Amino acid sequence: MQIARVVGTVVATQKNRKLEGAKLLLVQPLTLDDQPKGTTLLAIDSVGAGIGEKVLVVIEGKAAGDALRRKAAAVDAAIIGIIDAVEVTE
Amino acid sequence: MQLARVVGEVVSTVKDPNLIGMKLLVLQPLNAAGEAAGRTLVALDSVGCGAGENVFFVRGREAAFPFYPVEPPTDATIVGIVDHWSMT
Repeated sequence: MQIARVVGTVVATQKNRKLEGAKLLLVQPLTLDDQPKGTTLLAIDSVGAGIGEKVLVVIEGKAAGDALRRKAAAVDAAIIGIIDAVEVTE
Repeated sequence: MQLARVVGEVVSTVKDPNLIGMKLLVLQPLNAAGEAAGRTLVALDSVGCGAGENVFFVRGREAAFPFYPVEPPTDATIVGIVDHWSMT
């Protein structure tokens, strides 16, 4: 899982059948000190996250499909949690 | 999944039998600002898009899922056409 920030929303009318009804959000992966790391990616939202929120993202197909509760869905990233706080002790 | 712009098409006659009849498109991945980000790649099309359109695509094993029960040997497939996106 990775820590990311929700930075945008995406609207797509024509999409794969298995993605119908899914909310698509643009997320920017972050380092532990909240610096952007890598390129933004598109993730399915399964928890009701909103813009600006820090979230937990799985970037793996099986896990993302599980989050969407659909078998063999063409997704490879999903938001599976909204982060309240991250505590780093070292 | 990632945002991308369709920038071209690939024609291939001799290919894996499971790829017959499938459209191969050249994609330029985009960052959230709509600028080109990273190397271009070739992806299968599962939604019927064309050059110049903004799309999103899936990578990895899941790229074969839209074509079930056929299992084309692909590592990238376009799964949606983007109408618009907004950033904060």
